[in-house]
Amino acid sequence: MRNPRTGWLLLSPTLIILLIFGFAPFLYVLVVGFFDWNIFAAESGLRFNGLGNYRRLVFDDLFLTSVGLTVRFAVFAIFSEVVLGFVLAQMLTRNFPGKSLFRIIHTFPLMVAPIAVGAIWRLLVIPGFGPVPFFLDRWFDLTYQIGSYPDQALATSVIMDVWHWTPFVTLTMLAGLSAIPREPVEQAKVDGANRLQVFWYVTLPFLRPVLLTTVFIRIMDAIRTVDEVWMLAGGGPGTRFTGIYIWRVTSPGASADWGYGSSISLITLYLTIVLCWLLFIAISGRRKGEVE
Amino acid sequence: MNIGVQRRAVRYFTTCGFWVFMTMLTLIPIWWMFVVSMRSRVELFGRPNLTLSRFFTENYVNVLTDSTFQRYMTNSVVVSTSNAVMVMVLALLATYALSRYKLTGRDNIFFWLITNRMAPPAAFLLPLFIMFTRTFRIGDWTLYDTQIGLILLYCVFNLPFAIWLLKGVIDGIPIELDDAAMIDGAGLAGVLRHVIIPLAAPGLAVTGILSWVFAWNEYLFAANLTSVNARTITTGLAEFVTVTGTNWGELAAMSMITLAPSAVIVILAQRYIVMGLTFGAVKE
Repeated sequence: MRNPRTGWLLLSPTLIILLIFGFAPFLYVLVVGFFDWNIFAAESGLRFNGLGNYRRLVFDDLFLTSVGLTVRFAVFAIFSEVVLGFVLAQMLTRNFPGKSLFRIIHTFPLMVAPIAVGAIWRLLVIPGFGPVPFFLDRWFDLTYQIGSYPDQALATSVIMDVWHWTPFVTLTMLAGLSAIPREPVEQAKVDGANRLQVFWYVTLPFLRPVLLTTVFIRIMDAIRTVDEVWMLAGGGPGTRFTGIYIWRVTSPGASADWGYGSSISLITLYLTIVLCWLLFIAISGRRKGEVE
Repeated sequence: MNIGVQRRAVRYFTTCGFWVFMTMLTLIPIWWMFVVSMRSRVELFGRPNLTLSRFFTENYVNVLTDSTFQRYMTNSVVVSTSNAVMVMVLALLATYALSRYKLTGRDNIFFWLITNRMAPPAAFLLPLFIMFTRTFRIGDWTLYDTQIGLILLYCVFNLPFAIWLLKGVIDGIPIELDDAAMIDGAGLAGVLRHVIIPLAAPGLAVTGILSWVFAWNEYLFAANLTSVNARTITTGLAEFVTVTGTNWGELAAMSMITLAPSAVIVILAQRYIVMGLTFGAVKE
């Protein structure tokens, strides 16, 4: 009754589109990464370069700095989002008037286009009329200039990301929290556990899969962040993340070093996959342990 | 007893205060942008004033009557809508196949589909640019700077997500229902139309809405794979910031227009969106 051929037929349009626009570019990056290809050089065309591009990569200060910045950005942002998201989710389990309205408002940043998020924050921090530099200067006597201070630019990107993505963490945590059965919590309380102990020994282990998956999704997205940070700071110091660096190196207009751009793309892809794979092992390994 | 009431009251007020505070933090950035969009160039400078002094709509009028911006907006609407429809149809067929047929390497295919969404999009800009300008070329026509190019490309990011979401929905529909319909003489189209689509309707709607929003919001590919004819609203927004002097009021007005559809969608369908967004994280 169910002929596999029909199944393949149903699947084929999806597979074709993804092979052409998803897999072919990957293969392309893989191959071109081994070539020297600068379209504006004297002899334009592919010239085999072996691992030369990768050797260059290891000594490329700009690339290494961008990786360092991306890691700092991801760690600060995701840590704050998880802590804040958990607190918010915990508060949302309580009842209070206007709860559904708050939920709508807190979902909103998730749907805003990243480029518009960048625009929103740029308007807040722009020197001259933005309220943030003005009030920081007046109240704390702090000179705030993301164009000149890399640390401030990084911090602003982190805060912007927290504004944008904490709702996501809150929502997943809330779903995780509401899936926790009541009995173990009650039992722990009967046995005399205080709030911290209940959290540490009961809630957290139950929440662990959701927590890990959330962090997993957030890491992938943080590594890819380009639009909002670009709009915020225009690639100024402190915000040249790997995504932006790749974009600037490979973008057809900006630079013509295509072979090198491909090798950077590939290494970033590789790092992302390794990270995801490690997290995946962490998640599934834990689940096997639970079965035993 | 009295102490209990007091404690509950304190707790109640701290909860409310906390939420009001968090809501302010969420809304003030957007509010400021709204205020900026309601001011003329001259009014902007000086001491930042967070209150709305008057309704100054010239920025909106300027943006909305600009023919370039109208074209960008039309492109965005066409691209997002076509992409959402395409993703819904293809994902339904693909998920049905993955869920109901014994295909060799089914799990591997599913996993491979998902990995398409993990990749940093910036990594694929260069090969895609070359594909768009050189590989797909018929005479003078190329995929570069066309709506159809963007529509197909956005499938790469939306299809895996849609299939991931729909997989759970369709797996949850008992296969016996399909069998019963088939015994009653329904073909594949009949099963899809009378069994799967009605039962998976909420999931399909979420898929469509979220695909639409992702396509509407996308910037990086639109900025690099279009130049004039197929430019979208987000690229228009980024183009606004120039070295020589940006009209911040108009930029804010344009941003407000860009995020308007999302606001409407969140207000109307918040619950379903949450369902769709948290699905992956919670299912496992």
